[in-house]
Amino acid sequence: MSADWPILSATIWLPIIGGMMVLASGDKNSNNARWLSLAVAVMTFLVSLPLYTGFDPGTAEMQFVERMPWIGYFNIEYYLGVDGISMPLIILTTFISIFVIIAGWEVIQYKPSYYMAAFLIMEGVMVGVFSALDAMLFYVFWEAMLIPMFLIIGIWGGPNRVYATIKFFLYTFFGSVFMLVALIYMYFQSGSFDILAFHDLKLSLTEQILIFIAFLMAFAVKVPMWPVHTWLPDAHVEAPTGGSVILAAIMLKIGGYGFLRFSLPITPDASSELDWLIISMSLIAVVYIGFVALVQQDMKKLIAYSSIAHMGFVTLGFFIVFMITANPDASSGAILSLQGGMVQMVSHGFISAAMFLCVGVLYDRMHSREIADYGGVVNKMPWFAAFMVFFAMANAGLPGTSGFVGEFMVILASFRANFWFAFLAATTLIIGAAYTLWMVKRVIFGDVANKNVAKLEDINGRETFILTSLAIAVLVLGVWPDPLIEVMDASVANLLQHISVPKIP
Amino acid sequence: MHFDSSNLIPVLPEIFILTMVCLIMVLDLFLDESQRQTTYLLTQISLAVTIFITLLVSSPEAQVVFDGSYIRDPMSDGLKVFICIISLVAFVYSKEYLEERNQFRGEFFILGLFAILGMMVMVSAGSFLTIYLGLELLSLSLYAMVAFNRDSKTGSEAAMKYFVLGAIASGMLLYGISMIYGATGSIGFSEVALALANTGMDNTVLVFGLVFIVIGLAFKLGAVPFHMWMPDLYHGAPTPVAMFIGSAPKLAAFALAIRMLVDGLGSLHADWQGMLIILAVLSMAVGNVIAIAQTNIKRMLAYSTISHVGFILLGILAGTNEGYTSAMFYAITYAIMAVGSFGVIIAFSRNGFEAENLEDYKGLHERSPWFALMMLFVMFSMAGVPPTVGFFSKLFVLDAIVSVGLTNIALIGVFFSIIGAFYYIRIIKLMYFDKPVDETPFATGMDTQVVLTVNGLSLLVLGLFPASLLSVCVAAFG
Repeated sequence: MSADWPILSATIWLPIIGGMMVLASGDKNSNNARWLSLAVAVMTFLVSLPLYTGFDPGTAEMQFVERMPWIGYFNIEYYLGVDGISMPLIILTTFISIFVIIAGWEVIQYKPSYYMAAFLIMEGVMVGVFSALDAMLFYVFWEAMLIPMFLIIGIWGGPNRVYATIKFFLYTFFGSVFMLVALIYMYFQSGSFDILAFHDLKLSLTEQILIFIAFLMAFAVKVPMWPVHTWLPDAHVEAPTGGSVILAAIMLKIGGYGFLRFSLPITPDASSELDWLIISMSLIAVVYIGFVALVQQDMKKLIAYSSIAHMGFVTLGFFIVFMITANPDASSGAILSLQGGMVQMVSHGFISAAMFLCVGVLYDRMHSREIADYGGVVNKMPWFAAFMVFFAMANAGLPGTSGFVGEFMVILASFRANFWFAFLAATTLIIGAAYTLWMVKRVIFGDVANKNVAKLEDINGRETFILTSLAIAVLVLGVWPDPLIEVMDASVANLLQHISVPKIP
Repeated sequence: MHFDSSNLIPVLPEIFILTMVCLIMVLDLFLDESQRQTTYLLTQISLAVTIFITLLVSSPEAQVVFDGSYIRDPMSDGLKVFICIISLVAFVYSKEYLEERNQFRGEFFILGLFAILGMMVMVSAGSFLTIYLGLELLSLSLYAMVAFNRDSKTGSEAAMKYFVLGAIASGMLLYGISMIYGATGSIGFSEVALALANTGMDNTVLVFGLVFIVIGLAFKLGAVPFHMWMPDLYHGAPTPVAMFIGSAPKLAAFALAIRMLVDGLGSLHADWQGMLIILAVLSMAVGNVIAIAQTNIKRMLAYSTISHVGFILLGILAGTNEGYTSAMFYAITYAIMAVGSFGVIIAFSRNGFEAENLEDYKGLHERSPWFALMMLFVMFSMAGVPPTVGFFSKLFVLDAIVSVGLTNIALIGVFFSIIGAFYYIRIIKLMYFDKPVDETPFATGMDTQVVLTVNGLSLLVLGLFPASLLSVCVAAFG
């Protein structure tokens, strides 16, 4: 189905143009900038809603397609479209962006118009990444994301922000330029940059492995997977709250999305050949990074490591597919694991955003992220404590929250592949509960630890609104994930179809 | 050889600019200090009219006049227009800087116009002799411009170095040309190409000649290992002169390579491709790595130029029309970026202060947010980050070399561009993340502000719509 007006272009360009207007409005009266940004963010969300309501879940075809030539000489097109895999991520982006704007409302006093504009431009660019169907358009959006994020961390970040932001920039830049060469290589094989044409490309195993590695470098850095994850804790700790939220909730998903859109369908034989590599990297992320999270002193760092561990589940779900399909009596498990990975991505988008916002609430009051500086917050901030405990439970994968659904699906699917993989993956239910709940215990419960905590005030209306909205999202997705699974069903089945057909000529 | 006055039509841009420079030179003698603006304005008007005339006489077909020694084709039209535009922009930036330092003299503009004439002759050369004439006219004007501030020791030193090395390079080139002449019996590019096609190329003299020509070319382009003069020149020369040398002449050097290697010695492609690969890889490696260690922004930009030259060579060595197109696109966008970066340096060098050290850029964002934003665009563009045009120029070059099967070279290219990204984003870091040492905002004239804005935004606009500029380059190589 396609609408009669360009919804995707509107969702991309509305926030970008809005961001420029915010930038132009300046800081003389910073409330104008704030209200204008909020209006743009809400409008973008509303504009993106028809993508969900008008979506036809019965087909794996790209929908809402827009296609026109961009650089004719090199056959590069302005080609947009969504399927069941990218559409939920776009809605997630436009939804979370609203809360990012609200979260920075009073907190950002230094050049708020720049801050808001950077986030709005970022939002448009991220929607672009999810909807681009031309590889070069994808790459342009992919790299363009770096610029606002680089500035967000560098200008509004913490004391060690310069180190963190340059590390972030170089890591991601390093990862992606090799992908560029791979894309150009495929352009000469297929004659265009059309991603869907790449899906039907015949490539020899050597070519596939090289292309797979190039993609892996790009996506593994973005996800981030162990051992290229070290930029993430630094970036998270130094970034302002909004930056952390965008990073965790959406930018990491772009890596996972890349695996689904590029690695799996374009190089299925190489993926199948090298699945042991990704699966072991994912399991290390789940188990080892989980233990690393346990010993963190800094709340944001702890959540950053927990993000890495949760994203390990996503990549595990995507690549365990090859082991399941190799086992003839377990065909239904393949769809389950891919869907589990997807649900985990969306759910982690809500939960990690909420966790970082919770830390942000505390940080705005105390200007400290050290767990040791807190204790007994519940006595002063009961409402906040309720939310934080709820999100922590979701982070630990409590049934009834969205965190449970994705993890459970992936573990269930893993059992069909290999008992020990499933066993290792399932340890996260213990480790995850340990690090999250232990942090909550030390920060929230107990007696009031010091006089700074004693002066805390409970969350105001703005913060309550943000946390309530996210709590509803987490709960709804946890209790009733069907709408999400339904829209991606056809696309995931189609993806599985691509994976199971060898691409070697 | 008979004279046909219609032969003069394609040469009109050169004739016009030569007439104007003679007129301005004489007129300038009769002007006193206070009327120097007239020289400046006349220069700018001449450049604008030259652009207009170039467009007027342009056509999609190539015209060869004066017995093959002069060619007017879409490539020469495109390059001439951009040479004039970029020089015009460079002169706008230079004006205030020179005025403040009592160096606002007619010679600067007259020498500049002569250099532009030399570039235009190079771009349109149809024989080795014409191209050499153009090159010498350009070089001699530039030697004098480098020593423009005669009280500056570093300036004189740079001029001497440039002169000595430039003379050696010209000598090499001439020596190579004489060998080619010996082997083929002609100096016109088309005759040389014809002779090579007929006689084959297993001729030692020919290969020797080619080696000398490539060395001469590498000197002029500033490719490693013939790059030593560039950092000293950029550092020592007055900033406006460094800007001028670093921008428009790169287009002429590109034309030099295309005319000699492709038009003339195209059938020796297999021989020069190997040489250019070495030059290109070394340039990207040395340029990007050494730039990291620089503390002087002009030296840093010199090394960055070297690395960009490596990329331009990559496009040329592909040896396909697509490669030449991408190299031309790269050269033009690079010239736009170079002039923009120096534009910010010059705008920032006020009240006798020379903004030469990286430290001086700390907190520029607080002092002049708009200029800092323009510099941000330039730096991201140089680093090749989309959506700026610098990304597309790299993409097209990579496209071209992957298409001829040199994927490994493409990987080396992107690898060094990651290293390169570091020193570009360091400038952004200094401008945006550090606190300013000196908080005084600085004021510049309206003309600089407007032109710099157009310059910076053009990088973004060309990045969003690269097809417009690309079509000019595609037309040049059909």
